[in-house]
Amino acid sequence: MSIRFSFGGDEHIFAEVSEEMSLEAFFTSLSLTNAVKAADIKGVTEICPANASFQVKYDPDQIKPADLLRELQAMEGAASGSDATLKTRIMEIPVYYQDPWTHETLMRFRERHQDPNATDLEYAAAVNGFGSVEEFIKAHSSQPWFVSMVGFVAGLPFLYQMVERKRQLQVPKYLRPRTDTPKLTVGYGGCFSCIYSVRGAGGYQMFGITPMPIYDPNQQVSYLQDNMCLFRPGDIVKWRPINRDEYDAALEAVAENRFEPVIREASFSLAEFNRDIDGTNAKLMEVLHGH
Amino acid sequence: MAIKVISPGLSTTVQDLGRPGYYHLGIPISGGMDRFALRAANMLVGNDEGAAVLEAVFLGPELEFTSAATVAVTGGELPPLLNGDPRATWEAFAVKAGDQLSFGYLKSGARVYIAVAGGIDVPLKLGSRSTYTLGALGGLEGRALKAGDALPVGKGGKGGGSIPANLRRGPGNPAELRMLPGLYWHRITAAAGRQFFADTWKVAPEADRIGYRFRGGQKLDFVPRTPPFGAGSDPSNIVDACYPYGSVQVPGGTEPIVLHRDAVSGGGYMMLGTVISADMDLIGQLQPHSPARFVEVTMDQALAARHERQAALARLRDHLKR
Repeated sequence: MSIRFSFGGDEHIFAEVSEEMSLEAFFTSLSLTNAVKAADIKGVTEICPANASFQVKYDPDQIKPADLLRELQAMEGAASGSDATLKTRIMEIPVYYQDPWTHETLMRFRERHQDPNATDLEYAAAVNGFGSVEEFIKAHSSQPWFVSMVGFVAGLPFLYQMVERKRQLQVPKYLRPRTDTPKLTVGYGGCFSCIYSVRGAGGYQMFGITPMPIYDPNQQVSYLQDNMCLFRPGDIVKWRPINRDEYDAALEAVAENRFEPVIREASFSLAEFNRDIDGTNAKLMEVLHGH
Repeated sequence: MAIKVISPGLSTTVQDLGRPGYYHLGIPISGGMDRFALRAANMLVGNDEGAAVLEAVFLGPELEFTSAATVAVTGGELPPLLNGDPRATWEAFAVKAGDQLSFGYLKSGARVYIAVAGGIDVPLKLGSRSTYTLGALGGLEGRALKAGDALPVGKGGKGGGSIPANLRRGPGNPAELRMLPGLYWHRITAAAGRQFFADTWKVAPEADRIGYRFRGGQKLDFVPRTPPFGAGSDPSNIVDACYPYGSVQVPGGTEPIVLHRDAVSGGGYMMLGTVISADMDLIGQLQPHSPARFVEVTMDQALAARHERQAALARLRDHLKR
């Protein structure tokens, strides 16, 4: 993979690992940004991994743009990340699919949708060749996902499913973005899932909602007191479908600040994954469930 | 010492020089859109240049001071009125307990910076007092001011003096925004690239702290391609990536958007390049419908402009003996 570097004005270097999305591209981006972080280069102020690219912000008063570019290019060869093992976390996110709140919202914006007569999930199931919404939900929730980028707005994770390309779900974004999306909506656009961390505009299809806070600027939520954003690039996520009763119970626990998310330490090897995808994912599930 | 908010104006927020270091979590740098004016306002009242001030856009707030203070208003020409009497912008003036500060109609520019000796003393959030309203973070309760708010003011500072017009900085007419082409510049045709720089654009009504949209130029032609996996079908789509502060994205090839201090940190639209750091302040002073051109520069020219802006700040400090 040859990385394309480009200056973003006088303060940024943008690096495109690959034009198309793949786990390899994400993994290279993540390991290179980790290497840049570890190199502790004077003048570098922000290091932002993205799905298949990354961005470094720097102070050109402290390091010449051309010098930083040369340093990054030198690291490209050294840090081909495919044989590395990633120390990360795996977490379970409860999802109430087909909930009444995203349903109410999607009904308000039908004229902006490809199929005004179907719900977002019905449309997503149909364009991916599933016979029913239930089968589509199973495909969405049965295999884990990588947090491949955090951004757009504070704490919003983009997630890429850990399956081979032929099993990747793809759903176009809304024809025109909505002006409203409920907070904590689980969305889908292109080949990415996401969780809207705040209420606001959005163009991703809406599949459901999680009761679990993922961003807390006031740092009151028990597990967000040290970091107001839950997700970091490289986290592994497993969706767990829940029903209305479970959703209500979780909300009550959140309100009383006794909700405890399931988060475990995990490690991931891309080489091992590529040898045996289902086996690797099954082992991750064992880690998640504490076996 | 506190400032009572009688009326908040259109959208008045607490801002300092910003909150770098959290872009990888989607938290933008925030801070004043015209940081030259923000620094100048703080210099005039004897604060650290990065103290928190109020940023008001288009329509000023009405404020009441609970004790004596030194105040300065810089940025656009939004005339300050102290108890109804005109005061100059870019000049420190004294206020007494009970005095009310309001504003006349905007004559030029778009944003003013209201500095008070001691600085606005809201709590630091991730190292900054800047307000990021989309994420309800920083400032006063993470939001724009509203009537009835009380703003705490810190201690110290006093300053004095004024800044003559030749030491100020503002956009020309049309505004010339220098841009370094790059990022996904290769996605548009050479003819479209030439046209982009030749056209005169107009600031669209959708212009805020997140970004400034421009319209009125010709639609850009893209180089044909097969959409890469995960990018989306529109020729302007890319696999979602980071958006640099100042980057110029063109969804659908029609209306360029320059991302500013409260930028969305990433997304799926190609970017043509990035407005250089020296010219970002100018964007914060553009009103809707005002004309603007993008001017192609090299990295060397961008760095020279950066140094010129630093020299302009040094001249301010020198003038005020700060």
